[in-house]
Amino acid sequence: MTRTRELDLVDETRPDVGGPKQPLLLVQDLRKYFVVKGRNAGFKKSPPVRAVDGISFSVAKGETLGVVGESGCGKSTMARLLIRLIEPDEGDVIIDGQKVASEDGISVREMRSQVQMVFQDSYASLNPRLPIEESVAFGAISDGVPRKEAMARAISLLDKVGLDPRLFVHRYPHELSGGQRQRVNIARALALQPRLLILDEAVSALDKSVEAQVMNLLSDLKSQFDLTYVFISHDLNVVRFISDKVMVMYLGEIVEIGEADEVYENPKHPYTQALLLAQPAMDPAERRKKAPLTGDPPNPIAPPPGCRFHTRCVFAEGVCSQVVPKLTTTGGPGFHEAACHMVIPGSGHSQAAAAAA
Amino acid sequence: MTAAAIKATAPADAPAPAPAPAPATDPILSVRDLHVKFVTRDRTVHAVNGVSFDLARGEVLGILGESGSGKSVTLRSIQRLLPERRTVMSGSIMLEGEDVLQMSSRQVTGIRGSKVSMIFQEPATAFDPVYTVGHQICETIVHHEGISWKQAEARALELLELVRIPSAQTRLRAYPHEMSGGMRQRAMIALALACRPKLLLADEPTTALDATVQIQVLLLLAQLQEELGLSIIFVTHDVGVAVEVSSRLAVMYGGQVVETGLLEDVVPKPAHPYTRGLLASTIHGSMRGTRLEAIPGSPPNLTNAPTACTFAPRCPLVIDGCLQGVPALREVGGSRLARCIRTETVVDLPPPGMAAKEATPA
Repeated sequence: MTRTRELDLVDETRPDVGGPKQPLLLVQDLRKYFVVKGRNAGFKKSPPVRAVDGISFSVAKGETLGVVGESGCGKSTMARLLIRLIEPDEGDVIIDGQKVASEDGISVREMRSQVQMVFQDSYASLNPRLPIEESVAFGAISDGVPRKEAMARAISLLDKVGLDPRLFVHRYPHELSGGQRQRVNIARALALQPRLLILDEAVSALDKSVEAQVMNLLSDLKSQFDLTYVFISHDLNVVRFISDKVMVMYLGEIVEIGEADEVYENPKHPYTQALLLAQPAMDPAERRKKAPLTGDPPNPIAPPPGCRFHTRCVFAEGVCSQVVPKLTTTGGPGFHEAACHMVIPGSGHSQAAAAAA
Repeated sequence: MTAAAIKATAPADAPAPAPAPAPATDPILSVRDLHVKFVTRDRTVHAVNGVSFDLARGEVLGILGESGSGKSVTLRSIQRLLPERRTVMSGSIMLEGEDVLQMSSRQVTGIRGSKVSMIFQEPATAFDPVYTVGHQICETIVHHEGISWKQAEARALELLELVRIPSAQTRLRAYPHEMSGGMRQRAMIALALACRPKLLLADEPTTALDATVQIQVLLLLAQLQEELGLSIIFVTHDVGVAVEVSSRLAVMYGGQVVETGLLEDVVPKPAHPYTRGLLASTIHGSMRGTRLEAIPGSPPNLTNAPTACTFAPRCPLVIDGCLQGVPALREVGGSRLARCIRTETVVDLPPPGMAAKEATPA
């Protein structure tokens, strides 16, 4: 490895392998089914949970991809697949043109020095018996950085995430507030000088006033360290604030993906529209009168056939329960795709345009 | 265990009692100068420090605050659900003319469920996993109203229909784990309404739910409130949720109500710097590329009772006067009150979030 060991954390040691046009993260047909233990009432083996069911997307260098969806849509499983905390059943993750865990690509260990993750539960992610400077330095030490240098790097990083090293380095996780602990987790993720940071509900457990502080910090760090983010959250407002591109997931599939403003201003998939309408209004004059959807999301063990959303969709027609819609461009300005028969020309849905000649 | 365990002693150095909020005519609930202190061997936590408010009949009061602001403790004191041996309470909580803090435990048990009931954040833990939902609802009705099990079952069915649970008859025989999160929360609302309470206390009932389910539950509560003429206190940390359900808002910080008033007054023009900061730091709409007006610092440590404005260390408008004793709740016009000595300055600031919007996007 040819990593310079300098305290200056601006990274020149991660060569830009594929050039600026090569996406930093390319995901191809990623799939993960979880086998359910036990048997159901009919004494047959239960079918697997289709947590992530064949998703493909890319994230350009320096871009922030926001991922939204409700519980059970597979967004956290996807995050864990990206960093290989769980093994995918199928599909490839390609970091800057190099396939992860493959002969002609990079190893999982090499991938993890470029990709790091911040989790939702700030307390459970830190070792309660280590002072925070040790926690932050741990990854770098195990990656071969001399201890003294790793500690110096940890102190400099704690300073960069807004924790005064003189007050904080010797503290233990239980001596910090939730917001401070999440700052430590961010510092630790940065200690290996990664290029891609996966933030899985990283601000969801924080109070609003603290969430705003951490969101500002994430914006600062991004420009300072040239980072690329995959930002996962159930909070649509927070995702819109930080993302360049947004991906909406439902029952393990991508239903809509596109430039953030396009998706929010002009949502094409009925599920995205419902999600946006379900957000509480901030204005007393614009209270919601009607819920956009009834019922809860269906069980990902036996997802409905055809379009998985057709059971809750007000526009559902015959074709929706028979044919799986593919992600198709919506024809709007900029990148914007939706997996809905209403945007697929000639799909057979009454609201779809006629097939292109 | 009797009410003796709850020591009704006023703190020695307590500031003068706060002025009573504008008295509602015949309020269902009237809380005056409530103090709650948790005492353990190691430390004391002053969780609630002089909270006063009235709740009119048929009103929905939203209590908005962050973790540690004392909002849930205030709510739980109304049903006296706090651990009696470690809790020191003072002040008064008048529920339809009777002081809950002076009741015997038998009397308190009598009002729980029948006069005032509560729904919680996590319905999975509020239900007993080994009994069916129907059984738990019937048990409550039989206990409080002394009617036969058969009559109770008929009523339980009505209740599940009232909260719009589909195929209610089958769901009566369902165990809590057989229901989805949204359905369980509806069932808990049915359980809470089983004995026709007049006051419903809601402690973040939608926080654990997905957005599309949350809005369904919020709308259900609004409908039930109207149909049954309920009075509701709705505790939440989410400004959006509070706006969606409440008619009046009480904002809590450091164990005190720092601002209270009608929703239409408070949200567009907050009168307390904390309310303003909270609204400004809540991300909404298109704010991409802007900087959030975050509140610096972290919430106060409540080991000691406040001696000055609890928000002063984080306040951008702090002056010397803020540190000279706890500010009293002052009128800001109409029925609004704010615990700040600079309310005039705060009200005149541009609406929260606007400063960020006007900043040039990148």
